Formats: sequence, structure tokens, C-alpha cells
Amino acid sequence: MKTPLERLYNGIIKENPTFVLMLGMCPTLAVTTAAVNGLGMGLSTMVVLALSNLMISLLRRIIPDSVRMPAYIVIVASFVTVVQLLMQAFVGSLYDTLGIYIPLIVVNCIILGRAESYASKNPPIASLFDGIGMGLGFTGALTILGALRELIGNGTVFGLRLIPADFTVPIFVLAPGAFFVLAALTALQNKLKAPSATNRKDKKSCTACGGCTACQGGEEDDR
Amino acid sequence: MSELRHVSLSPHIHAPTDTKTLMRCVLLSLLPAGVFGVWNFGWRALAVIALCAAVCVLTEFLYEKLMKLPVTVGDCSAAVTGVLLAYTLPATVPLWMAALGSVFAVLIVKMLFGGLGQNFMNPALAARCFLLISFGGAMTSYPAGVDGVTGATPLAVVKAGESVDLLTMLLGTHGGCIGEISAAAILIGGIYLCVRRVIAPRIPLVYIGSFVLSVTVISLLRGSGLPTGAFLLTQVCGGGLLLGAVFMATDYVTSPVTQGGQWIYAAFIGILTAVFRLLGSTAEGVSYAIVLGNILVPLIERMTMPKPFGVKKERAA
Repeated sequence: MKTPLERLYNGIIKENPTFVLMLGMCPTLAVTTAAVNGLGMGLSTMVVLALSNLMISLLRRIIPDSVRMPAYIVIVASFVTVVQLLMQAFVGSLYDTLGIYIPLIVVNCIILGRAESYASKNPPIASLFDGIGMGLGFTGALTILGALRELIGNGTVFGLRLIPADFTVPIFVLAPGAFFVLAALTALQNKLKAPSATNRKDKKSCTACGGCTACQGGEEDDR
Repeated sequence: MSELRHVSLSPHIHAPTDTKTLMRCVLLSLLPAGVFGVWNFGWRALAVIALCAAVCVLTEFLYEKLMKLPVTVGDCSAAVTGVLLAYTLPATVPLWMAALGSVFAVLIVKMLFGGLGQNFMNPALAARCFLLISFGGAMTSYPAGVDGVTGATPLAVVKAGESVDLLTMLLGTHGGCIGEISAAAILIGGIYLCVRRVIAPRIPLVYIGSFVLSVTVISLLRGSGLPTGAFLLTQVCGGGLLLGAVFMATDYVTSPVTQGGQWIYAAFIGILTAVFRLLGSTAEGVSYAIVLGNILVPLIERMTMPKPFGVKKERAA
């Protein structure tokens, strides 16, 4: 349950934040106009997520329960500022493309969700890997989304032209395309019955879930 | 037929009308506009119409086969969608775009939402919007006739402040999409549908009336005085307004079932069309207006649902 490997698997496949938990939809839909944007957004979120998970887990006995939200926000915002300044310094073009969505990582619900439901209750190493796993899942999802949208909408993947410009469907790099691709990928994930928190056969089991704060209890489905 | 007048206790009278006969009526009524389009734009237009209809039917068939659902292509609704979509495309549209639009219309707008009767907006119009957003260039270069020379549509001419020959408008020997050019041909189809009671004339008439009224109001508010009759006639006969009013706004699935609702719905899309055409950046706005109206239909129906006799008015929750 708390081994690093299990946490990685959980974040990437079982509770993939994008396709299973449906968290962080705003950056998911907005920035994935190209594969490289999705990758950049995912990686910067992953760094913040891993570090804030680690920090919150270390401080979990010190932070008073009544003010935990402001405390989390301060921690997350500090890391976001670090990432933002680093990106501005070293990957300027990506920073310009992602724009407002970098500072908005502060309020990304994946980060607050993991802090609340995992890092505040678990030891630092497991929390760190939980953040990395979730971050990788988010990065992978955003990169796939971005790659597909870039491929259909612009004919390229990571700038490499695969489809002649005459045969592209530009709506896919616009807002509706994000919904089309996300819906198709989520449907695919459901169809393939990838082992995930929402797809498990035994609906009453709470052990595989972990999202207890948002859950009404295992019997919900049977009512 | 457009409202459920006789939902009552049994005995229910069996009528021979079913989806198939209705859709065949619609196809028949679409014929004049199509014949005229082919006459005006040449065989290329016929190829677009045939391709769209074929791809729509094939998409529905394949989807139902793959999903192991009962095959419903026999009810002709997919063919109607294909023909309607083709009518809203310029004759010079690349064939693969027309095919892509057909797949989008049937697969995404219709089948994924549950098939006929479950689509939340008119599939043909949604596909047209999809193509319009994707391929603005190819979708708005209209050939004026068989010779393939592109020319400004009457709406674009009017928007530029010039006037158009009205007889041309009525007959339809001008640039535009395949099925929208001839006002006369569309009216023949519309009258046929009304006579056969496939559609009630309420939605088209209220739509056009509200459109004319809105154009007048906008014109007055702008301080350019009352619009001339010629301007109004060009606006009504030009572009997709008649085609949309007769064949698309009246779609059973995406228009309200209540009479009051139909008034609200038709008036709303009339106002929207006028706003899009006169205040928007493009000359045409019928498809966006009707699609937006479609989305509001569930809300309109909830507002206008009649109270059963004897039932006390429920308190607002």
C-alpha cells in the first residue's frame, strides 16, 4: 500500500488524475494545444506536486487542523513561485506559451487533493512518490492529449510533421478539440477496463480507493 | 405532427405514419432545392450530396454493427442528415471535408448521444459548425455557378452596403451553399411538408417574423432608419435562413414540443440570427443561431410545460 512502486502505479494508472479522477481539468483542456505544452505543464505540475507533498507530509504533525488549507496554499505557492521563476529563466518560450497556467498551478485541485487526502496522513517518502506518481500520470495524460490534438489539428507531433498541412482539422487545436480528445481517451480507458479506482469490479471495496474525503462510502453504487 | 396533441388514455389509434414515412417525406421535400443546386452548380454538387448521404448512412450502419445495436439506417434519418449537411456546404468543398463532416454529424452528435431522438442538437448543423470552425476558408468560398468562379454571396454584398437583384434572389442563380440558394425551391418543399402535416408552419413563420422584426429594430437603433423592403427580402431569401427555418429549426428532436415553447424557441433563434448577421463579423449566422436554440430547448420545454388539469400549482422549489 505504501511502497514507492505502488504509489507510482496508483498515480499513473489506477487513479490517473486526468482520466480517472477528472481533476485539474482547466490546464488539461487549456494548454494541451501541442505535445510540448502538455509535457511542460505536466512536468512543472509534477515538480510542485512532489515537493509540496513531501513538505506537507513532513509538517503534517505541526500544521493545526483548523488552518491547514492556508498552510497548504502557502507551501504550494512557494514551490510554484520557484518553478515559475526557474522556467522564466531557462525555458522562456514555454513559459510564454503556458502563461497564466503556471501561477494557476497553486490552485490546481490535484495538488490540494493529494495534500488533503494523502500527504497529510502519510509518511514523507510515500507522499513524495505519491506526488511523483500523480505527476507522471498527469504528465502522461497531458502529453498524449497534446500530441493527439497537435497531430490532428496541426499535422505535427513535437513539431515533427506527420500529416500534410492541407489535411489537418484545425478545430482540434481550439477549445472544442480538447473536449473531443479527452472524451475519446476517457471512453477508451473505460472500454479497456483499465484497472482503476472507478473501474474496479468489487464496488464495495474502499481499500483501493484512498479518496475517502470526497467519497460517500462504498455502498453508494448499490442504492 | 410537431406537437403531441393526442397523448391520451387508450384506445390508441394506429396510424400508418412512422419515422420512415416522415423521413421519406422530408427527403422528397428536399428534392427541389437539391435539383436546383445541381442545376446551378453542376455535377460536383450532386457528388457532394451523394457522398454526404452515403457516409452518414454508412457511419450509422457501422456504428450499430460495431456496438451490436439494432440497425436503424432503414428509417432514412441518417440520409436526411447527410442531405441537409450537403445542402449547407458550398459545391466546391473538398470531398474529404464533406465526408468528415458527415461522420461527425452521425457519430458524435447523433449516435454517441443515443441515436435518433436523443441528439441534443441538429446533427447536420452541428457538423456544419464543426466544418466552419475548422475550415473557414474552404467553407466560405462560394462558386457563383457552374463555371466555378467564386463570387460574393448576396448577404456579403448587402453587408457591404450594395443591393442585389431580387429576382435572382428568389430563383437562386447566385453564389451560396448547394441547397440554400433558391428561395422558391425551398418554399415548394416547405409548403409540401406543411400540406403533408410533417411540420407545422409555426416555427418557420415565427422564426422569419422575429428575424425581420429584429433586423428592423437593430436598423432603427443604429440610426439608419427603417430598412428598405429590398434589404429585408434579401436578408430573408439570402443565405441559409429559409433552409434553416423550414428544414432545420423544425427538427422534431431539437425543437420544443409545447406550442408556447415553439414560439419562444423560434423567436429566440430569429433574434439571434439577426444579431449574428448584422452585428457579427460574418455575413451568415443561421447555423450558430439554430444550434444555440437547440441547446436551450430542454430549458424552454421545462418553462412551458402545461399543467395537467386539476393539479395544483407546485411551489417553486
